[in-house]
Amino acid sequence: MAKHTLSVLVENHAGVLSRVAGLFSRRGFNIDSLAVGVTEDPEVSRMTIVVDGDDYVVEQVSKQLNKLVDVIKIKRLDDNDSVSRELALIKVNANATTRGEILQIVEVFRANVIDISKNTLTIEITGSLDKVAALEDMLKPFGIKEIARTGMIALERGNKHLAAEDNGK
Amino acid sequence: MKISGARAIIKSLEKENVNVIFGYPGAAICPFYDALLDSSIRHILTRNEQGAAHAANGYARATGKTGVCVATSGPGATNLITGIATAYMDSIPIVAITGQVSTELIGRDVFQEADITGATAPFCKHNYLVKNAKKLPYIIKEAFHIASTGRPGPVLIDVPIDIQNTEIEFNYPETVDIRGYKPNYKGHPMQIKKAAEEISKAKAPVICAGGGIINAEASAELLELAEKCCIPVTTTLMGKGAIPSLHRLSLGMLGSHGSPVANYAVNNADLLILLGARVGDRAIAATHKIAKKAKIIHIDIDPAEIGKNIEVTIPIVGDVKNVLRDLISIVEKGNVDEWNQKIQSFKSKHTVSYEDVNEGDTVKPKYMLSLLSEMVPDNTIVTTEVGQNQIWAANHFNVSRPRSFITSGGMGTMGFGLPSAIGAKIGTPESTVITISGDGSFQMSLQELGTIKQCKIGVKVVIFNNSRLGMVREIQRTKYRGRYSQVFLENNPDFVSLFGAYGFKGERVENNSQVRAAIERMLSNDEPYLLDCVVDPEEPTL
Ligand SMILES: Cc1ncc(C[n+]2csc(CCOP(=O)(O)OP(=O)(O)O)c2C)c(N)n1
Ligand SMILES: [Mg+2]
Repeated sequence: MAKHTLSVLVENHAGVLSRVAGLFSRRGFNIDSLAVGVTEDPEVSRMTIVVDGDDYVVEQVSKQLNKLVDVIKIKRLDDNDSVSRELALIKVNANATTRGEILQIVEVFRANVIDISKNTLTIEITGSLDKVAALEDMLKPFGIKEIARTGMIALERGNKHLAAEDNGK
Repeated sequence: MKISGARAIIKSLEKENVNVIFGYPGAAICPFYDALLDSSIRHILTRNEQGAAHAANGYARATGKTGVCVATSGPGATNLITGIATAYMDSIPIVAITGQVSTELIGRDVFQEADITGATAPFCKHNYLVKNAKKLPYIIKEAFHIASTGRPGPVLIDVPIDIQNTEIEFNYPETVDIRGYKPNYKGHPMQIKKAAEEISKAKAPVICAGGGIINAEASAELLELAEKCCIPVTTTLMGKGAIPSLHRLSLGMLGSHGSPVANYAVNNADLLILLGARVGDRAIAATHKIAKKAKIIHIDIDPAEIGKNIEVTIPIVGDVKNVLRDLISIVEKGNVDEWNQKIQSFKSKHTVSYEDVNEGDTVKPKYMLSLLSEMVPDNTIVTTEVGQNQIWAANHFNVSRPRSFITSGGMGTMGFGLPSAIGAKIGTPESTVITISGDGSFQMSLQELGTIKQCKIGVKVVIFNNSRLGMVREIQRTKYRGRYSQVFLENNPDFVSLFGAYGFKGERVENNSQVRAAIERMLSNDEPYLLDCVVDPEEPTL
């Protein structure tokens, strides 16, 4: 199964998220992540949805989403023609002996330490899914206490863009 | 001048040319019912909210207009759900209005609070929880627009009681523009051209017409295409009426409960033309097998239906009436004489004979239904329940026009027949409305006899009484080695007396010799009438 990214513009009102989420569970679609936030237009939110499935599934997901009245527009993003990022916060065990080594890893990944205690470090990393996964891998041996991730967000490259206003879905 | 939200709802309904609604009151919808007293809109008080939703469904299907049902919050609203889901599965335009607890109490589990917009999201084309009274007219305008355009379906509007009591300035919008909702009505010309080419090339084409033909009022176009190109036509359960049952090109219903010739045609076709049909599993189960053999043209207003259940050669998104018109103007008849001969000879070998019934035997539903269709006036509408009775009616009651056969196709909801007949009769008082029922299903909605009594609705009821949940019993006979579990209805009431209790006439029909005269008596006036027909429990569905 391959991963596909859908960029979805929706009306920014209550209940839209539950409609979208409900549709996925109802129709048995698997999603890897769903990230949502308001756009430059306060009446419009953008959802970035990463779907796991073949072409049939992605087409079905798009078509079913399109049927929701609150969904304004959908675009399937091409990996080569879009940029995508995820933000993760990782809290890892760190004592006086391991801290130095962890900080080196953080450096290599250009990640940031945003909190420190006697026995933990909390690291912020932004990047592609692969990069976040790689850092997670490197930190595992020290003992990861918890992780929070935003889910992937993405935009098309260059002048291409998805706008709510050019009519029709 | 300012008016209350409740009054604004009524005025909006009037603006939408609604003249009858079906419903049931309760505390949270009292402002609406109060305002209703000052309106000319007719209200039909059903005996259960589910009946109101089914009646709105029957009304919509008989008239082509949007049906409206109303209920209070909590249990009133949840009682609507089965009716809403039934309309959703069959793409029927209804608008449901529910009362809700006061805005500031929502989420506190107060008396009769239910999250009805959450609960109905899977079964609604769209729904609204009204938070701002000023928006009521816009929401109602949108709701009717969404329910009735594109692929039709139910829309629910949940109105908290404080919103109903808020005073607003009433301005009904002339138009709607919903940026996330723009159905595509016009088919793509290139695709239509390709379809025309395939039709002209095909040696063994068959049309499968679904409920979309009825919704789009496209029967005339369907017939024109079929006749111009000499293509046999099968229908889904929802498509019954799209072509007259006795038309020379009609093959009847396809699928697991369909006619042999329809299935023969679909299985041997080299081109399958799906018109407003969603390829439900009961219609076409072996989609891969068929797609391997035949090219497939699929015309539907809902792009999500195309390619969902069957792989399609030529998809065309658009209103099937428009697309057919464009197609008819360019298509040419192919070389299909041999195919039609094959179909005709298969058909003649497999026709059901209604002649050989034994006069003294219990009533043969197939015989009775074919006779009934000969005896009823042209403007007759039949609604059905679910079970063997539904399939007998679908296969043996001949219809001659669209909107004359109303049944719960997608959901198979028992208890649909009687209330949907009420809606159909209210919508088309001039027609004879008969519901074909089973002894099990009838008892799921029999309380609606009270509605019929109170509102003087001349609905006829035919019960095929096998003292069984016949269809389930048949499944248990064939698939569970005759281990019958909970399918006996041994203590059925005397249905004739039950009708009598409401002041209606009726009679028990014991055998085939009594059928004709009984039907004559039933059809002799416009009053409610019951035929309680004794049917052998062993009588097969097909
Ligand atoms: C609300 C509902 N509950 C259960 C079923 C399952 N079911 C389908 S047919 C049937 C039997 C119907 O019995 P009856 O109305 O007497 O019809 P018959 O098959 O005997 O003609 C049942 C229980 C259903 N379709 N709908
Ligand atoms: Mg029965």
